Amino acid sequence: MVQLERKKIKKAFQAAFPHTIPIFTGFWFLGMTYGVYMHVCGFSFWYPMVMSLVIFAGSVEFVAANLLLGAFNPLQALTLTLMINARHLFYGISMLEKFRGMGWKKFYLIFGMCDESFSINYTAEIPSDVDKGWFMFFVTLLNHFYWFFGATLGGVLGALVQFNTEGLDFVMTAMFVVIFLEQWLKETKHTSALLGLFLPTVCLVLFGAENFMLPAMAALLAALTLLRTHIEKGGASS
Amino acid sequence: MSMTFSQQVITIAMVVLGTMLTRFLPFLLFPGEKRTPAYIQYLGRVLPSAVFGLLVVYCLKNVHLFSGSHGIPEAVSIALVVGLHLWKRQMLLSIAGGTICYMLLVQTIF
Repeated sequence: MVQLERKKIKKAFQAAFPHTIPIFTGFWFLGMTYGVYMHVCGFSFWYPMVMSLVIFAGSVEFVAANLLLGAFNPLQALTLTLMINARHLFYGISMLEKFRGMGWKKFYLIFGMCDESFSINYTAEIPSDVDKGWFMFFVTLLNHFYWFFGATLGGVLGALVQFNTEGLDFVMTAMFVVIFLEQWLKETKHTSALLGLFLPTVCLVLFGAENFMLPAMAALLAALTLLRTHIEKGGASS
Repeated sequence: MSMTFSQQVITIAMVVLGTMLTRFLPFLLFPGEKRTPAYIQYLGRVLPSAVFGLLVVYCLKNVHLFSGSHGIPEAVSIALVVGLHLWKRQMLLSIAGGTICYMLLVQTIF
């Protein structure tokens, strides 16, 4: 029995691993950059190490570094995280069926459902002789491990390697510009994307760099709610 | 660092809480076969674009157009990111290219 179970687990691991290879490269690169970035921000490697373990949501972790450098504002931290990660709500909705009956693995599968784990687990055609629960478990675990390892290594290397890191913080800007662009290329109507640039800019001018995020988020939610009929009429984005 | 250690712990805990809420909520709210409300589905479609726009502005919040380097290194590097991405559509290449460009600009010219 135990041997059969072990064989099942091994098989699931072998099926899952190739799916995660592209993520491996990306997470190492971004994870290490995040670790070095944290070092540049003045945090020891413990911070990226622990944060990559307990948060496991890349974009939010970069933002969290900035939050830690600003004034103490837990409400803004929570609201901002909710807004950035709101898309995970829809990953969850898509995975309701697939995660059913996964037992204890379900908890970890939901905990570790970052963009990449979701997209693999949602789209992968799992062979019928491979255990689905273990397959998705390993996809999530491997991705989590790549990110954790990269972030920790970056945090350690950042302290050891001496090079001029001035301007490295731009990596966060570049990352969000790319994600924004990807969204833009996928959608047919850009109302929401344009509002996302315009309203926060207005709020930044009105409220200043320290205080503009909460009003900007409120303005975006209000505008998207008010413009719902208009936006939905012209064919929804993506 | 202006925050105390416990303030840092609370801030990180808030980020963990927010992330976990967005991941676990659907499974708590829709344990059966209930349909997701249309308004929530709509937000799911339109919110990401707006939020990533917001985050771009957030990243640039400390750029001053009328003093210092006038946001020129940022503008040049963002243009490079967009150009690279439209050309090759390789996420890591676009990010690395833009960041290296920015680092060179602020370290040598500005």
